[in-house]
Amino acid sequence: MNPNSTPDSYRDPIPNSTMELLTYTLQLADNALIIGHRISEWCGHGPVLEQDIALTNTSLDHLGRARSLYQYAAEQFNKLPVEKKTEIFSSVALQNLVSTAVQVQEDDLAYLRDGWDFKNVLLLEQPNIDWAYTIARSFFYDAFNFLLFSGLLKSKDETLSAIAEKSLKEVTYHLRWSSEWVIRLGDGTEESHSRMQKAIDELWMFTGELFVADDTEKVMAQQGIGIDPLSLQDAWMAIVKSVFGEANINIPAGAWMQQGGKEGRHTEQLGYILAELQFMQRAYPGMEW
Amino acid sequence: MTVHSFQAHFDDLIDREVTIEPKDWMPDDYRKTLIRQISQHAHSEIVGMLPEGNWITRAPTLRRKAVLLAKVQDEAGHGLYLYSAAETLGVSRDELYDQLHSGKAKYSSIFNYPTLTWADMGAIGWLVDGAAIMNQVPLCRTSYGPYARAMVRVCKEESFHQRQGFEIMLTLSKGTEIQKKMAQDSFNRWWWPSLMMFGPPDAESPHTAQSVRWRIKRLTNDELRQKFVDVTVEQAKVLDLEMPDKEIKWNEERGHYDSGPINWDEFWNVVKGNGPCNKQRLETRKRAWEEGQWVRDAATAHAEKWKARKAKGAVAA
Repeated sequence: MNPNSTPDSYRDPIPNSTMELLTYTLQLADNALIIGHRISEWCGHGPVLEQDIALTNTSLDHLGRARSLYQYAAEQFNKLPVEKKTEIFSSVALQNLVSTAVQVQEDDLAYLRDGWDFKNVLLLEQPNIDWAYTIARSFFYDAFNFLLFSGLLKSKDETLSAIAEKSLKEVTYHLRWSSEWVIRLGDGTEESHSRMQKAIDELWMFTGELFVADDTEKVMAQQGIGIDPLSLQDAWMAIVKSVFGEANINIPAGAWMQQGGKEGRHTEQLGYILAELQFMQRAYPGMEW
Repeated sequence: MTVHSFQAHFDDLIDREVTIEPKDWMPDDYRKTLIRQISQHAHSEIVGMLPEGNWITRAPTLRRKAVLLAKVQDEAGHGLYLYSAAETLGVSRDELYDQLHSGKAKYSSIFNYPTLTWADMGAIGWLVDGAAIMNQVPLCRTSYGPYARAMVRVCKEESFHQRQGFEIMLTLSKGTEIQKKMAQDSFNRWWWPSLMMFGPPDAESPHTAQSVRWRIKRLTNDELRQKFVDVTVEQAKVLDLEMPDKEIKWNEERGHYDSGPINWDEFWNVVKGNGPCNKQRLETRKRAWEEGQWVRDAATAHAEKWKARKAKGAVAA
């Protein structure tokens, strides 16, 4: 008998919020994985050895958080009735797992979902380009993350609240580090100032999406599990203005913001990230590493 | 004291196995040899980040990815301790980088070989770090204090890396047919370059005798190489992998494994720059350094401006 089609799973209907929580957890996990992956590309190529080490630490923090979140997401996914499981993700690789009644693991969610099922915001998949872009991307995200995890400490979901507690310590350091670099580059030399401003200008259009709540975020916020990101925007802007003030960096004038990541509509960048990230699992399916 | 008595005092410390510290008098050749050896080792750590770094974005699981990242980060840390140890001998990190970038300073030739599959992350940990440990453990008792202390930390972490590498190989060798093939292929490619890591045969190694006397080196190249062969043959049995050297055979009389001839022609060519990745590795290091110049300049400029403002009382202390 297929263990996933026991009568129990039919008698116990899945509340909608279970699906929302899964999506929410994955959104947090995908953000952590994608920024962690991008930052890891610096390892061995940093401008100075001490910063190479610091950046790798940050990457490891993000990856560690991604792992905790994917483990939690996998737990939730495995509890779903089989017909729900087949609905959520369309990748052939995951469908195959579901059809053989295998319990999914953290890695299956990271390595076997297709791009349109990734929920990370577009900002985080943008390439490193140079130190200034890397710093700008981290700074925007760290400031957001700091506020988000401060809020998630009070999440009614115990696992998310525990993850938030651990993350907040790390993210507090990340924000300090990236803020200091925005200031250092903004205030440093003419060249560093113009590079920093350029990176800020070009990545600005990806910041709006952070604060646009999708349906999942709205439901999770209503239930006291998640945070409505819109409620973080003013505090985020205050951090940005304060750091930019010290860095002598201007807030970009452009107001048009890109969106789509939360719905799985990404920039061209994500495809290449996944092509590398998922290569082994896709090329050699079902093996232990 | 006369130079002669300085020398006599130094020799006495060496003979009594007392460590030499940065402020102690030391012969010029001792200082030069140490700078050469420590910086070569530091450069090897930094260049050595690249072949493994090559697989960070493609690691097969999140756990492997995190472990690999942490490992490559450890190598950066080793580079840092070693550059600091070299600095105590009166040479700056920037000068040492210049020597690396200009091709004047060498680094371990092993890193001029490519990492082609995931199994290479296993083979590097198992063989390359394994060989490095054999080379380095005796250096924890080397005569120069700062170097010896750096090596104690390095060796602890390296033995952890070696276990991780072996564990990757073990997972592959117990895996599917293609995983086992991956492991064997990687073993075949890394075996000979790993043996070359111990340096040329004693008969052709110009620095060995003096370095052994100074305890900069404690065992000869050939002694260490033999030890490595003996240990690795046994480990390969556990992995159920075939030795890439068909002439490997137990020699009852010597109490060691005999092995086939090493292609020293290949070794010297890779040392001279003709390895598959010499150019690529050096270019990558140079590019990281050159592209980081504006970042370092900015940090310096900002620190100076901040100091000036603080002096004027414009910022809180």
